[in-house]
Amino acid sequence: MSAVFKPHETFRDDFTYANSPQAIRRFPLPFPEDNYMYSVNIEPHMPGPAGSVTEFAFDVDEHYVAECRERAIVLAAEPLRYQALPHMMSSQWDCMELIMDSLARDYPEHFSLAKQGNRWHWINRPLEIDQHFTFGDAASLPREPLDYITRQAQGDFVVMDQREGDLWTEAGMVTTQADWSLDFDMGMTFKEWHGPVPLAHELQVFDRALKFLLNLRLGAPVRRLNWTMTINPRLDTSPENYPFWGPDRASVTAQNAGDRVHLRVELQGLWRLPRSNAVVFGIRCYLISLRELATVPKWARRVHRVLRHLHPALIDYKGLTRYREAAVAWLAPFDDGSPTTPGTASE
Amino acid sequence: MSDAAQTIAVEVIGIEQITPLIKHFKLAPVGGGSLPVFSGGSHIIVVMQGTARLHKNPYSLLGSPLQLDSYEIGVRRMEESRGGSHFMHDSVKVGSRLEIAHPVNLFGLDKIARKHVLIAGGIGITPFLAQLEDLHGGGIPYQMHYSVRSSEHAAFLERLQRREGERLHMYYDSEGQLIPFETLLATQPLGTHVYVCGPAGMINHVIATAKACGWPDSHVHWEQFSAPPVGDAFEVFLARSKISVHVPPDQSLLESIEAAGVEVPYLCRGGVCGFCHTKVLELDGELVHNDHFLSDADKAKGKSIMPCVSRAHGKRLVLDL
Repeated sequence: MSAVFKPHETFRDDFTYANSPQAIRRFPLPFPEDNYMYSVNIEPHMPGPAGSVTEFAFDVDEHYVAECRERAIVLAAEPLRYQALPHMMSSQWDCMELIMDSLARDYPEHFSLAKQGNRWHWINRPLEIDQHFTFGDAASLPREPLDYITRQAQGDFVVMDQREGDLWTEAGMVTTQADWSLDFDMGMTFKEWHGPVPLAHELQVFDRALKFLLNLRLGAPVRRLNWTMTINPRLDTSPENYPFWGPDRASVTAQNAGDRVHLRVELQGLWRLPRSNAVVFGIRCYLISLRELATVPKWARRVHRVLRHLHPALIDYKGLTRYREAAVAWLAPFDDGSPTTPGTASE
Repeated sequence: MSDAAQTIAVEVIGIEQITPLIKHFKLAPVGGGSLPVFSGGSHIIVVMQGTARLHKNPYSLLGSPLQLDSYEIGVRRMEESRGGSHFMHDSVKVGSRLEIAHPVNLFGLDKIARKHVLIAGGIGITPFLAQLEDLHGGGIPYQMHYSVRSSEHAAFLERLQRREGERLHMYYDSEGQLIPFETLLATQPLGTHVYVCGPAGMINHVIATAKACGWPDSHVHWEQFSAPPVGDAFEVFLARSKISVHVPPDQSLLESIEAAGVEVPYLCRGGVCGFCHTKVLELDGELVHNDHFLSDADKAKGKSIMPCVSRAHGKRLVLDL
């Protein structure tokens, strides 16, 4: 199924972003049960059911064109949202190849890639791009390869070099993040990068996750879901721009929560890269308002229960403190107390 | 990987006896096409269906990471082979089909090094051949030090001489030439990384010498795949599977468990990566640790084992599998 793009929706100012009924039905709900706690919920990134967000390596949905435009707006104002250290160049080409190969294979109606040795021809129809270049020669592209290709992709990308038994955050494109900063985290080790996450260190989640990722295999990518909440459908909730979006949290009431409060789900994918032996971490953000979510009765009950009983440390870390009660109150009328079936299917 | 992970079917398209003990194999994908891109220092697991059993041995990829119509490996005939290297030498012909796993790199070049010093002993040259492809023309200085028994044992010498010129330093045991480890390691500029692959004695000597010269551990890299050594037969009980498995003298613990139908995750099968790390629940006897992954302290504790190369002898061993 090919989505119909909505090129004019916005993620700032008038916030015209919305999900079509089809987009709601395929939303990746991260709660298989009525309560939530961290787990190392990593699974192979195998193709999911047709039409689902995991059908392909990189999901291109109805928001594609608008999200690429939003990324360009952010980068124009803050160029440091894209950074790559000099030794990461081979991993940049690896990422470009991974994304171009995947998009051209999975969405031939939108993208095509022709390779004649190192001479490549890339066509991106939705963004009206037609580019001939030489693979491996950065001068043949208008930008560095990672910068070039991630401007044409939804979601953030962080590339981690592997050395000294650790993963180092040393390249990335980050414009759709839940309150963290690539500029701040550049050069950090895996555990330094995840330092602010509460509880998980004590649960040794990062020891296990790091050990797992150091052994991530070529050709065997993995994925997991993570989540938080955002007021208004704002993709760029960066620490740098906190003054613009932080105050939104104080605007939520039990009356407007259905339209203001959005569940923000990250579909995180991890791939071993072949030339560089680096690991690329893709963080794809999906936003859905509580009102859209409540069109699926089971999801309304589930999210109501998850939010009502969330661990206090997670409430603070995810930044929900000011408006969680309003969101719970808005969802309460949708929860008649009847049981939910296990799993996330909308039933 | 585990057996459930996908393998790639390859056909042997070239075999060359390049030294009295080493054969050079070229493996191309069945049906043509390209093999996965890899990085210098990577190895593949080659799966061989022998007469008695399945062999799964790790071999470094030694071709250019840019030449992907075939992979190249070098196989040394081991004197005390449990079958894998003999199978490759005696039974594999041009046209034979094998299965391989996707490349894994446990011996990558450090990308922020200011200089690379590569040290190989004998068949230990293989991972460096692909690394040299990455280093060549890359602008970072490097040296290749290669020690062999005698000139007839100098595998890939012509290829190395042609490409590396004076960056290649050869040492022949037969002529009493030894790598001057102390001088070499004491005179490198800050930011140099050293890599060694070869016999255990050479690796241990490089590690000890580097430490004595004040090198940080993070700048010293080594790779040595151990073949699972032959040992006493023993029994193991798998607690979660609730089965008892017999481990014969010439079969590894991992191979025996796999033959009993229980999957254990693995990557290198050579005691390096730590992926098959398994908890020991009960032990009456002692563990024979042959891996390079566990620390001496962890080995002494006896609470875990790397079944790819390590064994046990004694009355009872119970594993969390």
